[in-house]
Amino acid sequence: MSEKVIMDPLGIGRALSRIAHEIIERNKGTEGLALVGIRTCGIHLARRIAEKIKEIEKSEVPVGVLDITLYRDDLLTRKGHPAVRKTEIPFDLAGTVVVLVDDVLYTGRTIRAAMDELMDFGRPAMIQLAVLIDRGHRELPIRADYVGKGVPTSKTAVIKVLLSEEGMEDRVILRED
Amino acid sequence: MELKRKDLLDIKGLDQEEIGLILDTAESFKEVTGREIKKVPTLRGKTVVNLFFEPSTRTRTSFEIAAKRLSADVINFSVSGSSVSKGETLLDTARNIEAMRADFIIIRHQASGAPHILARNLRSSVINAGDGLHEHPTQALLDMFTIRERKGKIEGLTVAIIGDIAHSRVARSNIYGLTRMGARVRIAGPPALIPADVETLGVSVFHSMEEALSGADVIMVLRIQLERQGKNYFPTLREFANLYCLTEGRVGHAKGDVMIMHPGPVNRGIEISPEVADGLSSVILEQVTNGVAVRMAVLYLLSGAGEKLS
Repeated sequence: MSEKVIMDPLGIGRALSRIAHEIIERNKGTEGLALVGIRTCGIHLARRIAEKIKEIEKSEVPVGVLDITLYRDDLLTRKGHPAVRKTEIPFDLAGTVVVLVDDVLYTGRTIRAAMDELMDFGRPAMIQLAVLIDRGHRELPIRADYVGKGVPTSKTAVIKVLLSEEGMEDRVILRED
Repeated sequence: MELKRKDLLDIKGLDQEEIGLILDTAESFKEVTGREIKKVPTLRGKTVVNLFFEPSTRTRTSFEIAAKRLSADVINFSVSGSSVSKGETLLDTARNIEAMRADFIIIRHQASGAPHILARNLRSSVINAGDGLHEHPTQALLDMFTIRERKGKIEGLTVAIIGDIAHSRVARSNIYGLTRMGARVRIAGPPALIPADVETLGVSVFHSMEEALSGADVIMVLRIQLERQGKNYFPTLREFANLYCLTEGRVGHAKGDVMIMHPGPVNRGIEISPEVADGLSSVILEQVTNGVAVRMAVLYLLSGAGEKLS
């Protein structure tokens, strides 16, 4: 088993800065833009990106929180249930461009659940996807619009995103068996 | 943490952690019930059967709404006009329902222990919606949820339960739950309606309303169950009202921020005065709202454990 740090605090900061710039560039500003983080790490990343956008554009982008547990496709087949927590979308989705934010993009199933849940809250004008890590192995036709780092992995590998908001030093770890 | 149970039969068998988990989960489901689209796909394809052998509007509707908001299919099995009136036994009725692939059976029955018989004999998850004089676990859970939501905690609070304790499964479930969560529970009512040896459950008994209510954080008024009383436990309803009706004057003995609860249906002017039932301290309708979230949480948590056990 080998463990490798593939992103350090500086690397994570730079990636998020670039993603913030790309979001602004692609959407020609922040008008009608909102970020929605997927629990738990996605929320922290969404808030950091919103902070960076504010530094660059001097405008606030609203941030929402999505708990996709109730929309998972494996709820009734996996053993035991994950804890359910709250979804908070404190703005009107109608006509909004929503950037979903998650830490790792893998099979794409989480994103499918997130999009389904988001649609139940309203009809956004567009949904985009930002992830810190894209590790491949998609099981659904889903791709990210903004990627911090693409990391080729084997299916047995584990990627861990540690963030200071969770009481750890910022880093991304790749563990191969 | 998860609930490692197939059934929810009583509060007595739940530990502090399990109650805490149900209440925490219910908090998230309350958020769902506040959405514009109050429906999530979580229990899609699951079937919930309401099997009610006693009249009920609130509890049955609450379970039905809870199941529908989780996208389950709900069937209400009404006992009148069914094969039960042709002499079918409880277990046969339930086995037939299970044979139609019901995942959950929610049962209310006049006999204490009826849900336990089903739970032992069926693979379906069984939820007790009130059995005889025994327990009504989801009512106690929604009461505890409402208290925790309002007061921020349960531990250390003084809760006075007033009225017909002996015939109340709501009282019994709440006594088990509240004492387990660290509340001080007082009970008060006519001596004939206080069960013998009830102190062994960890409550203190009062026969004077003023003493029972003095300094209380929560007052839980029970319904005088007229239909359950074959005998005379007190001379007249008017005398009961004179001695035990929760009036504004009596509420004055409790703490200023007291919350007043009632499981419904309310007999206005008998166990609680209309001014108190509709007053600012009353959370009676909040209890009903919270009931849906708590029942969603119970269905959700049992559905996971059921898979694990089978």
